[in-house]
Amino acid sequence: MTVSGSAAQQAAIPEPDVGRSWHMLLAPLIYLAVAAAMVAYTQLVPLDDIERSALRLPFLARRTWEHIRLVFYSTVLVLVVALPLGVLLTRRTLRRATPVVLAVVNVGQATPAVGLIVLLAVVFRIGFWTAVVALFAYSLLPTLRNTMVGLEQVDPRLIDAGRGIGMSAFGVLWRVELPMAVPVILSGVRTTLVLNVGTAGIAAFIGAGGLGDLITAGVSTQRNLVLITGCVLIAVLAMLIDWAGGVAQRLLSPKGLT
Amino acid sequence: MPETAAGGGGVPIELRAVTKRFPGAAAPAVNELDLTIAAGEIVVLLGPSGCGKTTTMRMINRLDEPTSGDILIGGRSARDIDPDRLRRNIGYVIQQAGLFPHLTVAANIAQVPRLLKWDSGRIARRVEELLTLVGLDPATFAQRYPRALSGGQQQRVGVARALAADPPVMLMDEPFGALDPITRERLQDELLRLQEELAKTIVFVTHDVDEALKIGDRIAIMERGARIVQYARPAEILTAPAGEYVEQYLGGGSSMRLLRLTKVGDIRLDSVPHATAGADARALLAQAEDEGRDFALVVDEAGRPRRWVSAADLAAARGPVGELGEETGPPIGHRMTLQDALEALLNADSDVVPVVGRGQAYAGVLSLSTVQNAIQAIKARERERRRRRLSGLTGDSGDGGSGDGGPGDSGSGPGGGA
Repeated sequence: MTVSGSAAQQAAIPEPDVGRSWHMLLAPLIYLAVAAAMVAYTQLVPLDDIERSALRLPFLARRTWEHIRLVFYSTVLVLVVALPLGVLLTRRTLRRATPVVLAVVNVGQATPAVGLIVLLAVVFRIGFWTAVVALFAYSLLPTLRNTMVGLEQVDPRLIDAGRGIGMSAFGVLWRVELPMAVPVILSGVRTTLVLNVGTAGIAAFIGAGGLGDLITAGVSTQRNLVLITGCVLIAVLAMLIDWAGGVAQRLLSPKGLT
Repeated sequence: MPETAAGGGGVPIELRAVTKRFPGAAAPAVNELDLTIAAGEIVVLLGPSGCGKTTTMRMINRLDEPTSGDILIGGRSARDIDPDRLRRNIGYVIQQAGLFPHLTVAANIAQVPRLLKWDSGRIARRVEELLTLVGLDPATFAQRYPRALSGGQQQRVGVARALAADPPVMLMDEPFGALDPITRERLQDELLRLQEELAKTIVFVTHDVDEALKIGDRIAIMERGARIVQYARPAEILTAPAGEYVEQYLGGGSSMRLLRLTKVGDIRLDSVPHATAGADARALLAQAEDEGRDFALVVDEAGRPRRWVSAADLAAARGPVGELGEETGPPIGHRMTLQDALEALLNADSDVVPVVGRGQAYAGVLSLSTVQNAIQAIKARERERRRRRLSGLTGDSGDGGSGDGGPGDSGSGPGGGA
């Protein structure tokens, strides 16, 4: 959108080129090494039957994949709802509805995650999609609020300038307000992602799978190794996704803003 | 003054009984305003903050909608034109340029042509042309981001963006307000230079009196409610301020301001006998005696002033003038303001300094008394003009403005030193 021809521009102007320097990759490599070491350890030490069935490699891979899917779908749902809603709530005509909507969204955030997910499972049924909805409700606020803050902090004179040179209201939104709000919006999305990775651990309570399964299994069978493996993998996943979010934020933020 | 120079560029603007009432405000921001702006003129709306001048301007491109009244742009009512389309044909420049920080200079300028769906080749050519026009090297600046530019450079880009689609009308809302005095002065000069080429109809909002006097072909001095107290050319406002409000706003110093406002080429210059170095010394002496001067000017083949030569030297010489006399020192250009010319006069070694016109050729000479006479002549002329107009309109010249009204003091003798 606004970063077209960026290669040529970067050659012309020495921008701080953080996105490409090699030590950017150091952090994720360390995270991956930690996860690999943890998994390797579980495969090498002698295990009893319960542990072995809970720590088989295909089983671990499936749980990790489920976890990622939970995070992915709930985050997509958040984006689909929060971005348009954030835009609407910052338009002049709908600004008055803002407190009401924020109050409702706040309830989702303030309710204890475990309570929310179980409640939803009671109302609907247990399973993957109920967990996705619970995660969505829990992590909607950061993205929504940052979308609104990001749009509201755009200098009104720029909007005025845009209208003044003949952009339509939508044109100003698309070409001026949203690009300028991208850094703030993305940091909200990043928060949502990390929240989701952590909270997706409790999806196991309603049979939605994910790495939370290892934790619940570890607790109920009193196998600490299983429990710890689940915790470590969730933590590593959260950090990896946070790192990826940071990279995306740098790459997608329009150049020219400090 | 390009009063009648409609050029190809501008269209007239007419405000008819325009009122703007903001919801919740007790008094209207703009009250029943009538204003006619001629094509190709720079009209400055001058007044204190909150007087409604910006609102007046914003109604022309419908950023604010009039509560009542009508605005005609080039004869068409602005109401009948889709606001977005209307604005694409009206340049808009605001304080601190209002450039989009996430877009390059080139992309900023390209916004309006893009909205008008020009093809990319044409846009690229136009961007380059405009950057050159506003004095920025395209190779250096096109791909920079606004934050890498100084305030003055940003404002140049702002002007280029406003000119992008070659609109007949430009609105400028205190465009140079946030710049340092030197940069402001330079950009004002460049705007005037551009305007000479482009002849747009420009509405310029400011609260800076000197800027208004310098920039405006006409100035509308406003008070609260956008009531126009005086709408006149700068010279008339200085010489015949309409009432106490205007006088207060000007804050004195009107003669000095007239100096700044008037170009050397606009006043009646003195002349001295002059000839080339090849001319006969006796003939030049005779000419000097005829004109009652005890010196003459030697010019070169192209008519450029070179040397002062005294009558005594001429009388002693035989044949051609040759290399007699002494260098004239730097001449005064005919486009200099009288203020700058006065400065040059005060610094010169001689009482009289040659004035050069096109191609540095001799156009006349200037002395302190020439300047003095010129200012008095301008004052007398403006007073006369105003008196005649007022009596023509009302049959009575007793308007509150003319506290110093009598046209008798400097009489009819301009250029008395000749």
